[in-house]
Amino acid sequence: MKPRQQRMLAVGLAVLGIAIAAAFTLRAFQDNMMFFVEISDVVAGKHPKQRNFRIGGLVVDGSVERAEGSLDLRFKVTDTACELPVSYTGVLPDLFREGQGVVAHGRLGDDGVFVADKILAKHDENYMAPEVADSLAKHVEGKTASLRQGTNRCNPQ
Amino acid sequence: MIPEIGQFALILALSLAICQGVLPLIGAHRNDASMMGIARTAATGQLLFVAVAFACLTWAFLSDDFSVLYVANHSQLSLPTVYKISAVWSAHEGSLLMWILILAVWTMAVARYSTGLPEAFAARVIGVLGLLSIGFLLFAILTSNPFDRLVPAAADGADLNPLLQDPGLAIHPPLLYIGYVGFSVAFAFAIAAMLSGDLDRRWAKWTRPWTTLAWLFLTLGIALGSWWAYYELGWGGWWFWDPVENASFMPWLIGTALIHSLAVTERRGLFKSWTLLLAITAFSLSLLGTFLVRSGIIVSVHAFATDPTRGFFILGFLAVVVLGALVLYAWRAPSLDSEAGFGLLSRETFLLLNNVLLVVATALVLMGTLAPLVIELLDGGKISIGPPWFEVAFLVPTLPLVLLLGVGMHTAWRTQNAKSWLAVLRIPAIVALVIGVVLPIMFYGRVSLLLAVGCVMAVWIIATSLMLPLRSLRREKGSAGMTRSQLGMSIAHLGMGLFVLGVTVVSAFSVETDRAMQPGQTLEVAGYEFEMRELRDVQGVNYSAIEAVIEIRDGGGEFVGEVRPQKRQYLVQKNWMTEAGIKATWNKDLFVALGDQLGNGSWSVRIQYKPLIRFIWLGALVMALGGLVTVSDRRYRLEASKASETAPATPESA
Repeated sequence: MKPRQQRMLAVGLAVLGIAIAAAFTLRAFQDNMMFFVEISDVVAGKHPKQRNFRIGGLVVDGSVERAEGSLDLRFKVTDTACELPVSYTGVLPDLFREGQGVVAHGRLGDDGVFVADKILAKHDENYMAPEVADSLAKHVEGKTASLRQGTNRCNPQ
Repeated sequence: MIPEIGQFALILALSLAICQGVLPLIGAHRNDASMMGIARTAATGQLLFVAVAFACLTWAFLSDDFSVLYVANHSQLSLPTVYKISAVWSAHEGSLLMWILILAVWTMAVARYSTGLPEAFAARVIGVLGLLSIGFLLFAILTSNPFDRLVPAAADGADLNPLLQDPGLAIHPPLLYIGYVGFSVAFAFAIAAMLSGDLDRRWAKWTRPWTTLAWLFLTLGIALGSWWAYYELGWGGWWFWDPVENASFMPWLIGTALIHSLAVTERRGLFKSWTLLLAITAFSLSLLGTFLVRSGIIVSVHAFATDPTRGFFILGFLAVVVLGALVLYAWRAPSLDSEAGFGLLSRETFLLLNNVLLVVATALVLMGTLAPLVIELLDGGKISIGPPWFEVAFLVPTLPLVLLLGVGMHTAWRTQNAKSWLAVLRIPAIVALVIGVVLPIMFYGRVSLLLAVGCVMAVWIIATSLMLPLRSLRREKGSAGMTRSQLGMSIAHLGMGLFVLGVTVVSAFSVETDRAMQPGQTLEVAGYEFEMRELRDVQGVNYSAIEAVIEIRDGGGEFVGEVRPQKRQYLVQKNWMTEAGIKATWNKDLFVALGDQLGNGSWSVRIQYKPLIRFIWLGALVMALGGLVTVSDRRYRLEASKASETAPATPESA
């Protein structure tokens, strides 16, 4: 093959490969993107229906309940404005604790309980997932104002 | 006092780096031998002072000098000595210092073993490495000084993160960094070639061993990281497509492409500008990876705000390195014409496909890693891309890649006769098809499409990799055997086959279950019986733990082994940590981890059966071994001894 043909072959193959990859990726992205939804938005019904999403916040103090000897667990997660009940079956990560930050993957059941299939608490105690930190910061800001006005900051559907 | 000496040594190292980065390059340009001669001396001096700085920081850790902020944050009085040493590179400042030290060692190695290079070329390579060194030293001194004092000094330190108190993680970062930094040598060779304007086949021959060496360390580093994640935090997973992992994987993929492209450049004088581009990309991705990980940029845009100076310095440095290299490339690369051609059915074509597929794979990983960042910047909401996407998307380029790997190895340079080619490849193809389907049925009792494809591919690679060595063993006395390069290639590809086999079997036949368990109870998982004999308290040096003693028996009641998973609480940070109990044999791992206390004396446990999981890391180890054998090929050393000759490289033997 002449150098010119070689180059054409190389470019052609590269373009073809990238085109296939791009088409494929975009299609698969749709199915695998998992949105992070704030607790207040979930409570207000603004969450993706019929598909998995992520939530995050603080585990409410004293909310962790477990049937003795069972792997089934229930707890509440708050963004400081609203609370959402979560159920989970399985082993918890080491840094899961009441009052600490947590991220959960799963979907919302018809009874308004978030059924988690995966619970994440980060490796490092000082680290909080950025989306959780944002969500908390946003709602804590509104806290003092609403306390003064005596309004409830959680506006469910 | 000692920390100040360290600080001072770092500044001296910087001034030497400036000499090393500037004078030899000017000297090479003006053909001034005395200025070029500075390169090696300056490199030696720089290594000396960086080593002093590193020793000072290590000494501060060993002597529990909690008046040094970095030590106070990452060590503690009762920390075992080994971990006091590994704590030196456990966080940003210290690991940056280690990066600088490793760069100085690589530079020294190049200076020492590059005596066969033309003087001007060697001066340029060492000069470029000096320029890189200036960047990193400035970064350390201006934004990330490990010797900053804490006034008043702390009585005790905040302890090393318990997750990092592990032998695997003590050596994982150094290996990974040797790999990352090693690509800076390939980068420097590329820049030097473009500066001097002549890039012939000798250039590829000089670059190859250094690139392979860097690649093999990166391979080991990644494998060790994966292994650590498996037993220390992964709850049994070995790869999570986490941004941090991807950051190390992308340079590996491009580095692999570079090794193969260099082969073509050395053998045939082709793909010159492409090889240069890969060398630049491999190093740029290493930079991007290591810095994004340490600065937290890739996790979120917001981590930027926590330390803007560091973030901006990184961006600035990256921009200078990448843009500088690309501008030089745009200016010089068009003049690098290759005169040779090749047939459609030739090894060149297959290596070209290898490169295209590896670049596509890298692009996919990069896309998945950066997509959350980009979508958030575009206000598209906060998303994450899960492992399922990576697992499927990654197969698209890698399936053809492993298929063609077996073909390419047995295709001749220039042009290949189709008839003899089919005759050679027929046997391994049949072997792969038969064994690949029969194997899973025989050992695991079932087969599915993806599983069969995976097994056939694995056997295909293994069979085709073994053909050359087998033929060499059976050859007639006196005829030429394999070169080290060919042997190394066969070994590395064999490692790839073992890896594919491991991945396929693990993903198809793993059993994973969370159960409740109490002392005296027996659970049955994957045909094995797990009996909890005892639950007891154990005291470690700097932690206390609850330990379960679990006996494992096979279906027939035969004793298989005993594992002791622990739940540890470290005394200083009060964190709970899971230490899995693993019974490992060559063909399977039985994995038990303690979860939480469930009341009434029972605990949640995660029990896993992982067949052939050791093949994943064994495969990586064999790949690295293959790299080592290649580096030891005689022709790289022969070239050094007859360097003054201007004769072109020896005619290709393979």
